[in-house]
Amino acid sequence: MTDAPLIGFPHRHLLGIEGLSPSEITGILDLADQYVEQNRQVDKKRALLNGRTQINLFFETSTRTRTSFELAGKRLGADVINMTASASAIKKGETLIDTAATLNAMHPDALVVRHPNSGAVALLSQKMDCSVINAGDGSHEHPTQALLDALTIRRRLGRLAGLVVAICGDILHSRVARSNILLLTVMGARVRAIAPPTLLPSTVERMGVEVHHDMQKGLKDADIVMMLRLQNERMSGTYVPSTREYYRYYGLDNDKLSNAKAEALVMHPGPMNRGVEIDTELADDINRSVIREQVEMGVAVRMAVLDLLSRHRPNRPGGAGQ
Amino acid sequence: MSGDRIAYLNARLIDPASGLDQAGGLLTEGDTIADLGPGLFADGPPEGAEVVDCGGRVLCPGLIDMRVFVGEPGAEHKETLASASRAAAAGGVTCIIVQPNTEPVIDEVALVEYLKRQARDKAVVRIHPMAAITKGLGGQQMAELGLLAEADAVAFTDADRAVADAGVMRRVLSYASAFDLLICQYPEEPSLGGGGVMNAGEVAMRLGLPGKPTQAETIMIERDLRLVEMTQGRYHAAALSTAQAIEAMRAGKSRGLPVTAAAAVHNFALNETAVGEYRTFTKTAPPLRDEADREAVVAGLADGAIDVICSCHEPQDAESKRLPFELAATGIIGLETMLPLALELYHNGRIDLLALLGKMTAAPAALLGLRGGKLNRGAPADLLIFDPDVPWRIDEGAFRSTSKNSPYDGRPVQGRAWRTVVAGRAVFDDEQRI
Repeated sequence: MTDAPLIGFPHRHLLGIEGLSPSEITGILDLADQYVEQNRQVDKKRALLNGRTQINLFFETSTRTRTSFELAGKRLGADVINMTASASAIKKGETLIDTAATLNAMHPDALVVRHPNSGAVALLSQKMDCSVINAGDGSHEHPTQALLDALTIRRRLGRLAGLVVAICGDILHSRVARSNILLLTVMGARVRAIAPPTLLPSTVERMGVEVHHDMQKGLKDADIVMMLRLQNERMSGTYVPSTREYYRYYGLDNDKLSNAKAEALVMHPGPMNRGVEIDTELADDINRSVIREQVEMGVAVRMAVLDLLSRHRPNRPGGAGQ
Repeated sequence: MSGDRIAYLNARLIDPASGLDQAGGLLTEGDTIADLGPGLFADGPPEGAEVVDCGGRVLCPGLIDMRVFVGEPGAEHKETLASASRAAAAGGVTCIIVQPNTEPVIDEVALVEYLKRQARDKAVVRIHPMAAITKGLGGQQMAELGLLAEADAVAFTDADRAVADAGVMRRVLSYASAFDLLICQYPEEPSLGGGGVMNAGEVAMRLGLPGKPTQAETIMIERDLRLVEMTQGRYHAAALSTAQAIEAMRAGKSRGLPVTAAAAVHNFALNETAVGEYRTFTKTAPPLRDEADREAVVAGLADGAIDVICSCHEPQDAESKRLPFELAATGIIGLETMLPLALELYHNGRIDLLALLGKMTAAPAALLGLRGGKLNRGAPADLLIFDPDVPWRIDEGAFRSTSKNSPYDGRPVQGRAWRTVVAGRAVFDDEQRI
C-alpha cells in the first residue's frame, strides 16, 4: 500500500512477540486493518512485493498457516514458493544450517519458517540475509497468530487494554499461548490462564497472568475466551486421564461460557478438536465464535508483516544483509 | 638419578593436605618430590640441579579432575586422550579421571587395560579410568566391580546417567562396600528430569523448552542417602547443582554417612540466564540452575558440604552444538578454564585459597586413593605453579582441546597456570609454550 503509514519498525525479522513494543504492535495492527479492507475488494492484488521472492519453509505439517502466508505474499505481488521438509530430515536436525545456507544462496526476500523445536527459527535467521518470519517454533512463539488474535479482538471490541482474556487449554506446550500472553499483557489486557496443573508451566504466573484450575471461576466476567488445541497424544493418560474427562472439566460449552460476559467472544487458533476443547455448536455459533474471522484476519496481519519487513530490502545495496 | 634434580626456588608452597601455606622451595628428584620447606635452599640450590625460579608464584600439587569426558574410544573427532591431556596440562591439571560412557562403554577389564595403555603411550598427564557400575550403562546388571578395581579403575559411575533402579543401587552399594569401592552417582531421577533440556523455571518457560526440575536431583540424592544408610557403601555425588540436594548432602554427612559430593565449575560460574537466546554452549549436565542454586553451590563449597570441584569437561564438535537447543549435544569443555574460574571464588572472598585448592587436589586424591594431590617427600612430583592474580581473557582460539564448546570465551578472569609438572617433567610452560 503506497499510503501505508511508515511506522517505526526497526526489526529485520519477526521471531516473536517478545521484544515488540506496544507502539510497534499497534502499528502492525493499524496496517493490517487497511489490508482487511483491501482483501474484501474484488481486486485484491497489489504490486508492492513485485519481483520479491518469499519462501515458506515448513518442517511441520500445516495447512492453515502456510496457506495464509502464501495468500498474503501473493496478494502483495511476491513470488511464493512452498517447501516442506521431510520428517526424517527434521529428526536428524543437522540439516537446518545447511538448509539455511542453501536457501540463502537463492536470494529470497522473505523466509517464513515453522519448526517443531523451540529456537530453531532464531537459529536459522542467524544464517539468512533476508527477513525471517516465525510461523511457529516448538513451544516457543507463534507471533502472527497472536497478532491476528489481537486484530480480531480489537476490531470487535475496539480495544485491547483493560479486557479480561481467558486462555484455556494446553498452555504448557502452546506457542500460541506464549505469544498471546506476551502480546496481551504488554497491551494492557488482563490475562487468565485456565488449565489443569499438568498443562501449565509451573512458573506461568511470572508472565503476569492469573492462574485458574476451575474453568467456571476462570471464565467469570471474561470478555474473550481463547481456546487452545490439545494434542491427541496428551489426552490418553499422560497429561490428562481421557478426552471425556478433559471435556467435562476444561471443554468449552454453553454452560461454562455462561460465566463469562454475555457478549464474550470465543476464539480458537484451529484446527479444532470438536467435542474435546469446544462444543461443536458453540464453535459454529456466529454470535459468539469468531473463529472464521480469525482466519480472515490472519491473511491481513501476515500481509502487514510482510509489508513492514520488506522495507528492509535485503537484496539491494545498502539493504539488510549487504 | 641426581641428574634429574630440579630445584623450585622462591615459591609460595601450598599443600592443602597438610595445611601448609608458606614461602619456600621444593626439590624434585626424578619423578618424586625429594624435599620441600621454607628454608630448603637457604644455602643455595643443590649443585647440579636445574633451577626454576618461581618468582613468588604458588606451587601446589597438580590439580586432579574427577569428571572428564573424552571421546576415546569411539568419538576421537571430539577429543582424544592426547588432546585432552594437553588441555589438562595447560589448565594445571596433572591427573584426569575419564568417564566410562565411551563407545564401547568401559565395563570390562580388557577395556580398562586398553585405556591405561593408550593413556600411558599418548597422554602427557596421568589418566585414570572410572568404570561403569552397570554393564553397558544399562542400569540393571552389575559390572565386575572387583575385577575392574583390581585393573585400576579408580571408581565406578554410570557417567551421565543415574542408576535409577533403587534395588539395583542398593545391591551395588552393598556389594561395593565389601571392596571399599567408590560409587559415583550422577544424581538425576530420569523419570522426572529426563525429558528436560535445561533447568525448569521461568527461563525455560519463556524459551518454550522442557525443563529439569531441581527435585529430580534432590529426590535422587535423598533416596541414595537412605540406601547408603542401609548398606554403608561409599557414595559420591558426581555433581550437585541444587540447594535442596546440597542441604540433603550436608544432613547426610552430619549423620555420619560415608558420602561426598562434587560440584561442576559451570554450576558456580554461571546461572540459567546464560542460556539467553538458546545458546547451546550453555546446555550442560547438570543444567545451569537459577541464582539461588548457584549461590547454594558456592555456600556448599565454602562450608564443606561439597568436597570436590570438577570440570565436567565434555567436548562436543561444532556440528553437534549448531542445532536447535533441544537437539543440541550436552556439555562444555572445562579443563583449561577450571583453575581461573575456581579462583573467582577466592578473589570474591568466598573461599580461601588453601581450601579451594584442596577441592581440586587433596580431596579427590583421598577419595580415589591416589598417591598424588599432596606435597611431601616421596610423593609423585605432580606440580602446578601458577600466579593466582594475573588477569587475562579466556580465548577459545587458544584452547588445546580438540573441541571448542566453551561458554566462557572472552570472559575476564584472574590466575593461570605458569608451569605444570607431571612425574618431575614440565608438560606445560606458559612462557615457552610447551
